[in-house]
Amino acid sequence: MKTVRRLVYATGVVALCAWVLVPIYFITLGAFGGRAGVFKWPKGVLPGETFSFAAMDTFLRIEGVAHAAFNSVIAASICMALSIALGAPAGYALARYSFPGQNLYRLLILLTRAFPLAILALPLTVIFIRVGLYDTPVGVALIHTALALPFAALISSSLFMGIPRELEEAAWVFGCSRVQAFRKIVLPLALPGIAATAIFAFVISWNEVFAASILTVRERTLTAYLLTVLSESPLHFRFAGGFLLIVPSIAFIFAVRKYLFAMWGIANR
Amino acid sequence: MAQILIDKVRKDFGAVRALDEVTLDIADGEFVALLGPSGCGKTTLLRIVAGLETQTAGRIVIGGRDLTEVPTRARGLAMVFQNYAVFPHMTVFENIAFGLRMQKADPTRIDAQVRKAAGLLHIEDYLDRHPGNLSGGQRQRVAVARALAVEPPVLLMDEPLSNLDALLRLEMRAELKTVLEQAGTTTIYVTHDQTEAMGLADRIAVMHGGRIVQIDTPTEVYRHPRTKFVGGFVGSPPMNFLPVEVTGGEARLGGLPVPAPVTSGALLAGVRPEDFAIVAPDQGLAAEVLVVEPLGSHTLVTVRCDGATVRVVTPEIIDWPAGRRIGLKPDAGRVVWMDPQSEQAVGP
Repeated sequence: MKTVRRLVYATGVVALCAWVLVPIYFITLGAFGGRAGVFKWPKGVLPGETFSFAAMDTFLRIEGVAHAAFNSVIAASICMALSIALGAPAGYALARYSFPGQNLYRLLILLTRAFPLAILALPLTVIFIRVGLYDTPVGVALIHTALALPFAALISSSLFMGIPRELEEAAWVFGCSRVQAFRKIVLPLALPGIAATAIFAFVISWNEVFAASILTVRERTLTAYLLTVLSESPLHFRFAGGFLLIVPSIAFIFAVRKYLFAMWGIANR
Repeated sequence: MAQILIDKVRKDFGAVRALDEVTLDIADGEFVALLGPSGCGKTTLLRIVAGLETQTAGRIVIGGRDLTEVPTRARGLAMVFQNYAVFPHMTVFENIAFGLRMQKADPTRIDAQVRKAAGLLHIEDYLDRHPGNLSGGQRQRVAVARALAVEPPVLLMDEPLSNLDALLRLEMRAELKTVLEQAGTTTIYVTHDQTEAMGLADRIAVMHGGRIVQIDTPTEVYRHPRTKFVGGFVGSPPMNFLPVEVTGGEARLGGLPVPAPVTSGALLAGVRPEDFAIVAPDQGLAAEVLVVEPLGSHTLVTVRCDGATVRVVTPEIIDWPAGRRIGLKPDAGRVVWMDPQSEQAVGP
């Protein structure tokens, strides 16, 4: 019985890893395998003799890629910062205070996502042109924040709900103001979750194509730029582009991974 | 000096009145237990004293200072929470030191105080650990040590032992009593466990339906319950109540004339389970045995007497089958009298 359970467990782990890793692996192979490697079958474990940086190199030299990547990083960073700055306090309020219309508010937060962006596109473009946000990474970041914010608020609210109120009350009893209690007790405990929420917002912005394509012309983000450039490129260039899109997300998640796994857990439940 | 005055405190949650004009005067250094079933308002009262809840009306005065407008952090008290509320991201040392750090105490004093409090509760060996690596009992000790380390004039405890297993609870109870007696702290202790309240408190305030129904020493509360509720809630098994008819200032309990505090009318005679003597069936109250539970130190006998269920505790080891007929003779000097309508005590 024990071996069966171990087997099921192991299979699950392998399947989940494969689900994530195999596509990444093939993209990597395509990106570094050169033109020949893309169409080779069966594929080798490593790119082997066809290995070359040529596709990557050429791709990076394409006019505007570096600039678009830079724009993407700016937009995603602003989106991440705004989502946390606005979403976490909203989540805290949802978790700790009760106010009339609380459930309706929760629903409304989610309903913002039900509004199709395609309908908003034209008026948004007009307004952005008027206020001077059109064709800027900041403008894109604002729209991405609107997309990420509902999730940031809801995720962080459940995060704060998981931190027992008594911990805060204990801090008050022993001399903390509300702000101090938040800083000394709630924040350290919520940090892993907040980091995860931040990554989530970053990734939403990094991957978003539609709004970015509509709201920019020259200052494109990487996804929007690649969409236009790569549709006319050979396959191995597309893989190179895909690889470049994946790498920052992976690097970022790797950097904050320790916050993703709670360090102490919440030992109080 | 930290005498506590709870002055006509009222608390409404919407249309529900959780506390109704509660008044309680606690002397400096006294240990008062708030005892009552869940939902009686005892925790709400404690939280109002702590400032975690705001009363609808009334005052909290500690050491002569009206605290109604004072926020929790400035009330200068310490509290032990029901589920400990130790900070999971801090070591045991930092947990215990938390209050002192907030007071910006001198580091050498912090160190001394933390070690002293940890020593009192036998957790010196765990100071470097995180609470996640401690058992429930150890976390409980951390919570108490954290409260004692600030040497508070007032200590509030909200069912601090309810999450521990029976043996640990017994140990912690004895330790708490020793520690608090040494510290001379004014303590309010909320519990629904009458044994805890009886064992620890100088005085017990029994709460029921948002009111304090009796404030007395544990023995007084046990011997002279002021309402039928108190008699039933304090003591395990609870007090028995037998309906009697009084004529000429005397009630007859099992053929035994017992002087009653009224001249005539219906009364309830309250008799503790251990205040019955088991006698021959033709003497005393006629009763039929339902269940016999040998509990080692004593035997609990449940009988049917005049259509009512009566519990009797006897030190003798007995082994009777159900259905056996016996007689019960109450100790006349220990009977308390209740009015059947108002359920309040009658007489002295």
